Amino acid sequence: LTASLRPPRHHVSRTAIGYWAARAVAGWLVVAAAQVVWLASSSGHAGVHVAGLVATVAVGGAHAVVMPQWRYRVHRWEVAPQAVYTRAGWLHQESRIAPISRIQTVDSERGPLEQLFGLANVTVTTASAAGPLEIHGLDRDTAQRLVDDLTTAAQATRGDAT
Amino acid sequence: VSDTTTNAVSPDWQRLSRRMLLIHPVQEIPRALPALFGVFVAGSRSGNGGLWALAGLAFTIGLGMIRWFTTRYRVTADRVEVRQGLFRRRLLAVSRDRLRTVDVEAHALHRLLGLARVTVGTGRSDRERGGGVRLDGLTLDVAERLRDELLERRPAAAAAAGTTGAAPPAEPPAAELARLDSRWVRYGPFTLSGVVAVGVVAGFAANFASEAHLDPRDYGVLRDVIDRLRDAPVALAVAEGLVAASAVVAAASTVGYVLAFWNFRLTRNPGGTLHVARGLITARATTIEERRLHGVEISEPLLLRAVGGARCIAIATGLRVGRGAERGGSLLLPPAPAREAERVAAAIVATPAPITCPLAAHGPRASRRRYTRALAGWALLAGAVAVACAAFDWPAWPWQVAIALLPAALALAADRYLSLGHAFAGGRLVTRTGSLVRRRSILAPAGIIGWNVERTFFQRRAGLATLTATTAAGHQQYDVADVELGEALRFAEEVRPGLLAEFLEEPARATEPPDVPPSHGARPAAPPA
Repeated sequence: LTASLRPPRHHVSRTAIGYWAARAVAGWLVVAAAQVVWLASSSGHAGVHVAGLVATVAVGGAHAVVMPQWRYRVHRWEVAPQAVYTRAGWLHQESRIAPISRIQTVDSERGPLEQLFGLANVTVTTASAAGPLEIHGLDRDTAQRLVDDLTTAAQATRGDAT
Repeated sequence: VSDTTTNAVSPDWQRLSRRMLLIHPVQEIPRALPALFGVFVAGSRSGNGGLWALAGLAFTIGLGMIRWFTTRYRVTADRVEVRQGLFRRRLLAVSRDRLRTVDVEAHALHRLLGLARVTVGTGRSDRERGGGVRLDGLTLDVAERLRDELLERRPAAAAAAGTTGAAPPAEPPAAELARLDSRWVRYGPFTLSGVVAVGVVAGFAANFASEAHLDPRDYGVLRDVIDRLRDAPVALAVAEGLVAASAVVAAASTVGYVLAFWNFRLTRNPGGTLHVARGLITARATTIEERRLHGVEISEPLLLRAVGGARCIAIATGLRVGRGAERGGSLLLPPAPAREAERVAAAIVATPAPITCPLAAHGPRASRRRYTRALAGWALLAGAVAVACAAFDWPAWPWQVAIALLPAALALAADRYLSLGHAFAGGRLVTRTGSLVRRRSILAPAGIIGWNVERTFFQRRAGLATLTATTAAGHQQYDVADVELGEALRFAEEVRPGLLAEFLEEPARATEPPDVPPSHGARPAAPPA
């Protein structure tokens, strides 16, 4: 029996592409701003500084364009009758599977930037410090429904889930 | 004293042992030393620093005693509760059915007064330091009865026949799994536990010497040593320095081994608990419920492996593998002959199969990855050194050292590959990784919560994956590193049938990117054990 892991059934919200891009741009802007300050405050070597700035803009731009698209294709989730299954990442991808019976908490969180995009993330924790399943970039309603479903399902099982 | 007649388990609020009135102040004083010193200095300005310092000392002792007066505990049918604090009242409570481990520990001062500290561990809350409930200062007798009753294993009457020290009661039914053999002390120098201690002492001494303007050249012996090193060729001086440092570290490590592990004894009690007792001056006894014990790890740090030694570490919920020689209380066997470690591990998991079985190798692609990573790391270092040598006019020896490191990097890669392996034997997941510390982890499927399948960009190109079993026990995750994806999934299904089944698909319908080559059914041959 040689098989491969099929992707989870559901994509996250398409809005997440914009959210990831905005987050990437914000991160690169910090770097670029630091470079601009350095350029303005130092005398000489202006050419090197400008080249650095151009490189930052080029790398940052490529990152902000490629990464969100790539992430959108990878990020997926699924709640099967017995288990929760997620996949996340882009260059470095990770699939996580946790049985419903071992779920300890289900949290939903909306950061300021996520709120702007109407998104939320859901974190499913188990008793293992290594195993939280995080689903980023869900739209608000889906996230709320997912939390409700998982909480109900997890309550149906007994024991301390270790 | 009324202490000994106190009921260990009683729903009434109780005080800790009265003898703690002697210990608390002694514990407070070192903590308050900087403040006391400050008071002394500030007081000296007004001419009577001594008086001020005395007042500060009295205040500190008073504070220490208040801790006893304000601390109460009770053990009800379902909870252990501790109430403490004068200004900031705190109530710590642990549900008894969430209780995982009970540690009984006695430092030198505690032992002098016949006291012990009981720490009740609860797994999850232990993640933050001091998360468990700690009863610091019960008489040894009460502490041992409390432990036995909390673990609900033996009637209090039987346990009350306690013995000296924090050693477990030597009852006939408790089966001894291991006991320290004094010859094991020869592994002490290879544990390197003394490095930190020696480093701290050396740093402190150097700092003190420079603060006090002491010149080592004022002392005859040191002057001779310095002159000798200065006159000797550089290589010889370095070699002599290394030998001297190694000797000091080895001696300190041996002392550390004896201090930590003297009187070591591992027993299995009939009620289903493992009991570890050890320590020369600080006696420590840990009791682990076997239903919380999901496996065992045989760990071999490189130096220890070179001399044929190994140690055993418990994989139990509520026992996070900590740092230091005692591994946060999860150590089941101190550095001992590898054969002994295998025997103890087999006794703990009740079957020798997972310990002796051959492991499936991870194949040439995993091997290539080990070399690529070792060489990439080395190239990065060598490149940085080369740039620094060119740009900053460094002497030649750094890059000579860098080149000399190449064989070491290659040897590390080879050994890291040879360490990789996994198997499912005796109903247990077995995985082995690492070179600097090689660990063979044996984990029962019941302890596995879920699976993570991790694939970096380069792993996807090589068709490999890292399969991680997540668990609430031990390190929280056990990796089967760089194994072919098909084999990883087959293995996961073999260990915990059903969990992955609905997420698998046949390779024909695979929608994976084309950089995943089709898996071949044959498993790689097992390497010699």
